[in-house]
Amino acid sequence: MRVLTLAGRRLLASLPTLLIILAGLFLLLQLAPGDTVDALMAQMGGGDPAMMAQLRSFYGLDATVPVQLGRYLLRLLSFNLGYSAIYGKPVATVIAERLPATLLLMVSSLGFAFAGGVALGVVAARRINRWPDTLISTVGLIFYATPSFWLGLMGIVVFAVRLGWLPPGGLEEVGAGHAGARRALDMALHLLLPTATLSLIFLATYLRIMRAAMLEVMGQDFIRTARAKGLSETAVVVRHALRNAMLPMVTLLGLQVGNLLGGSVVVESVFALPGLGRLAYEAVVQRDLNTLLGIVFVSALLVIAANFAVDVLYARLDPRIPGER
Amino acid sequence: MRAVRRYLRSPAAVIGLALLALVVGVALAAPLAFPGDPLGLAGRPLQWPGANPRFPLGTDPSGRDIAAQIFHGARTSLLIGGVATAVSLGIGIGVGAAAGFYGGWMDDALMRVTEAFQTLPGFLLLLVLVAVFGSAIATVTLAIGIVSWPATARLTRAEFLTLRSREFVQSCRTLGMGNARIMLREILPNALPPVIVYAGVVMASSILLESALAFLNLSDPNIASWGNLIGAGKGVLRVQWYVSAIPGIAILLTVLAVSLVGQGLNDALNPRLEGRG
Amino acid sequence: MSAVLEVGSLAVALPPGADRLFALQGVSFNLHAGEILCMVGESGSGKSMAASAVMRLLPPGVRVAAGRIALDGTDLLAISAPAMRRVRGARIAMIFQDPMTALNPLRRIGDQVGEMFAAHTDLAREDIRRRVLALLGEVRLPDPAAAARAFPHELSGGQRQRAVIAMALALEPRVLIADEPTTALDVTTQAQILALIRDLQRRRGTAVLFITHDFGVVADIADRVAVMQAGRLVEQGPAADILQRARHPYTQALIAAVPPLARAVAAMPPAEAPPVLIVQGVSKTFGRPGLFRRGRVTRAMDDVSLVLPRGGTLGIVGESGSGKSTLARCIVRLLEPDAGSIRLDGTDLLRLTRRDMRRQAARVQMVFQDPFASLNPRRRAGDLVAQGPMLHGVGRAEATARARELFALVGLHPDAADRFPHEFSGGQRQRIGLARALALRPEVLVADETVSALDVSVQAQVLRLLADLRARLGLSMIFITHDLRVAAQICDRVAVMREGRVVEQGDAAAVLGAPRHAYTQALIAAVPGRDWVPPG
Repeated sequence: MRVLTLAGRRLLASLPTLLIILAGLFLLLQLAPGDTVDALMAQMGGGDPAMMAQLRSFYGLDATVPVQLGRYLLRLLSFNLGYSAIYGKPVATVIAERLPATLLLMVSSLGFAFAGGVALGVVAARRINRWPDTLISTVGLIFYATPSFWLGLMGIVVFAVRLGWLPPGGLEEVGAGHAGARRALDMALHLLLPTATLSLIFLATYLRIMRAAMLEVMGQDFIRTARAKGLSETAVVVRHALRNAMLPMVTLLGLQVGNLLGGSVVVESVFALPGLGRLAYEAVVQRDLNTLLGIVFVSALLVIAANFAVDVLYARLDPRIPGER
Repeated sequence: MRAVRRYLRSPAAVIGLALLALVVGVALAAPLAFPGDPLGLAGRPLQWPGANPRFPLGTDPSGRDIAAQIFHGARTSLLIGGVATAVSLGIGIGVGAAAGFYGGWMDDALMRVTEAFQTLPGFLLLLVLVAVFGSAIATVTLAIGIVSWPATARLTRAEFLTLRSREFVQSCRTLGMGNARIMLREILPNALPPVIVYAGVVMASSILLESALAFLNLSDPNIASWGNLIGAGKGVLRVQWYVSAIPGIAILLTVLAVSLVGQGLNDALNPRLEGRG
Repeated sequence: MSAVLEVGSLAVALPPGADRLFALQGVSFNLHAGEILCMVGESGSGKSMAASAVMRLLPPGVRVAAGRIALDGTDLLAISAPAMRRVRGARIAMIFQDPMTALNPLRRIGDQVGEMFAAHTDLAREDIRRRVLALLGEVRLPDPAAAARAFPHELSGGQRQRAVIAMALALEPRVLIADEPTTALDVTTQAQILALIRDLQRRRGTAVLFITHDFGVVADIADRVAVMQAGRLVEQGPAADILQRARHPYTQALIAAVPPLARAVAAMPPAEAPPVLIVQGVSKTFGRPGLFRRGRVTRAMDDVSLVLPRGGTLGIVGESGSGKSTLARCIVRLLEPDAGSIRLDGTDLLRLTRRDMRRQAARVQMVFQDPFASLNPRRRAGDLVAQGPMLHGVGRAEATARARELFALVGLHPDAADRFPHEFSGGQRQRIGLARALALRPEVLVADETVSALDVSVQAQVLRLLADLRARLGLSMIFITHDLRVAAQICDRVAVMREGRVVEQGDAAAVLGAPRHAYTQALIAAVPGRDWVPPG
């Protein structure tokens, strides 16, 4: 109950945040020179003013700004994200088609980065200032400094072009007609490089935080108590330090979901994955503002949902009622 | 002075400083070493590094000199990184200081806005800003600063929150000191060191953000940028992979230098771990 | 009777670069079954290091350089690490100072106590549970079953310390090391915990090494005493001998520095002196429920009324949470009271606007508790002292000159003005804080636990300085403290606070000598070493 009330309150508190985001973005887009109709016209190679006015009124672009904003917010409440003039489909449909690939990529990357970060962080903290720590910390720093799109490209050169072990891009082999386990394996192979690419930078962050958290926790009084009980070092680490050190990691998990979405724009472009990030990029290039706003809205929802999950997890890990963050 | 000595004791920090000096040197030397337009046609496209002594790092698919782009790209990266970091720190410290110091409704309102910025994936917001305001270099730099301030604001706020209730601040109040003076003269100098250290992280991520934008062809096309060059090499990746590889290494080394210096500063200014291990 | 624990010529070396080479040098003592040996010393004397050395839990970089530590004849320094782990907890157990941090915040009490059995015995889970409940009952936790289910933050400090004691005694260890186990606790809780330790120790015949800085505690529970100074054991012997006939000058000085509880109040203040400060009906409530957070409302002060006579010292005593610090902060208007009035010479400070209050600030000044947190680390001591007068319109040259005079007044060398706070010791920093407050030539000085963080000998010096300054400058003082001994030493009037209310106030001699309110009586009864009258 405590956990649910707590998380529920946080969820409620994120509603105004969502409103600020949407209102801010909408107003921002009003500042943009040109609108969907201009873009449409440009694609079709120009049109006459009468037709443009007709189209504007069809898309509701002739109303005043506050009215448009009000309409937009009202529509969002019913999950109606509008119509993409470029794709000729409702925005919600376009996003729904692209969402699974991105979710798959995000979950696998986050999982890999988190698990790897915890493991390496603990090892580094236990061997502080000795060679395993130096090695892990150095490799972490290099990962952190590597642009993910470049890492992806180099991965393609090595593993796809030179060695031929992995496919260079796409979500699955088109036209191979695989099904069931065979198809899953094929997708896993396709996702291996993108996941590694996207997760390494986050892995570096996690391992640094975990190392610092472990060092911090290992210096605390209750660790001394545990040692004074006659517990072995392994027991001290596993049963007393680990869970306490996980708390900042879990907080970071929520903060990173947004960055992960941002990172997927680039990685999906490199690997030609049909995901949300690539859609966002295409929407920017084609000035499809409806779609872009829709993606931002869905991303914000995703981040809020992820933070809700993180809050529940945090409250379960920490019996103390977490204060304001 | 003790901090300087502590900094110089760490080999990693010294390596970082040397690397950073190298990158700055390259940036400064660019107009001297390559006085022409780095984006102008220089020779036959796709010459491998070393194949032609005129182009020690080869040429890209459009026949532009890669070495010239690397040199001029260093200017772009450092400039964008530096200015965007300054913008981000300016906004972040202002917002964080006000929220942490005054608390109450001011804190609520400012943190709500900060949260809104953090809920939005930063790179998506950057895309939106570039889509709306165009991709001139000044716009891009400002946009990067705007998407990266929330973390600074939170850090500053946390520092101000703890320092605000510290006894030395309270004792200034009992002397009859006013709010502005307490904020600027008493709290800020004590809150700055961790923020300055964090500036290294902001600068590293600013450089990475710019290169990602340039890679996607969404940054200023009229300016030599490492990310742009990587993007240009994408099409010829299968054979002429060096076009993408070289600028990537330049980015890696620059970001690594900035991170190492940041970490060195952290250890020098915050000697808490000393004596451990 | 042979010793359970023998420590012979123990030397513990500090890592290179520390302020001295050895944390301990030539320390020898024996601990017998059924006795409590109190190890006394001021901060930095190495007393805690001795405990860590016995447990072989020295901080990284610190190592035993020489000597012998034997438990029942086995040299603990010679056995393997796994063998030492079997000794820890099972044969030598330990209680730490701060019960707030000594327990893992994420695991239940019962689980943490039970871990003792899990680590050292093969008992089944059900048996462990039963043993844990019995133990928690034995340390007199009111509801053992509920306590076992609780997380540490759900218990009070005293209850947590009981849980830690239960944990330490779980396997009936031969030796119990208690490292300042009551220092973080309120005085009434401290008395209960001391009684509990004494009682359990008597019944089980455990040998206890009790580390403390407080001679009152020593007088209450020690069988024998060992006095530590700068890493050396300077004197040891039966408690009665040390407490009454200490031979070593350091021990004598330490004992002389303990303020006597009953003081022949020599200089009575002019009781009929006109009041300088009148606090009337002041209340303060904390916390308001916000839109997105749940606020807990606490009444920190409830209808508090006090009078401070001109030239007098009003002591405000009470345990943590009694509202005494809130009161101090309201008087200097760091906090805004919800109701009431605070009149300084007839001016109601609470009616002043912020701007006017800033102008009046010079008249009431405050000295804070924490010598490490109350001075801006980035300003030189001289600037810190000159800052106040300059805010109130005094020129830099004059303010600096005044600061130098004040340094002499509070017993610091004038050259100290050019140094930064971290270059001073705790006692010296409190002197800087005092100079800073005095720089504004206040009429009333509010001292909030000003000597609490100091070692007893330094505390005595600062108290003497305060009394001296009060007489010389004609100050009136409000002195907030949790320590009744300190209050008896310096105050001529005392107000006792509990849960935000003043339960009793009057002449110091009357309130402390013949308390009328039950709570004051309990408070005085709980003062450690109450029956001990130091020699001299």
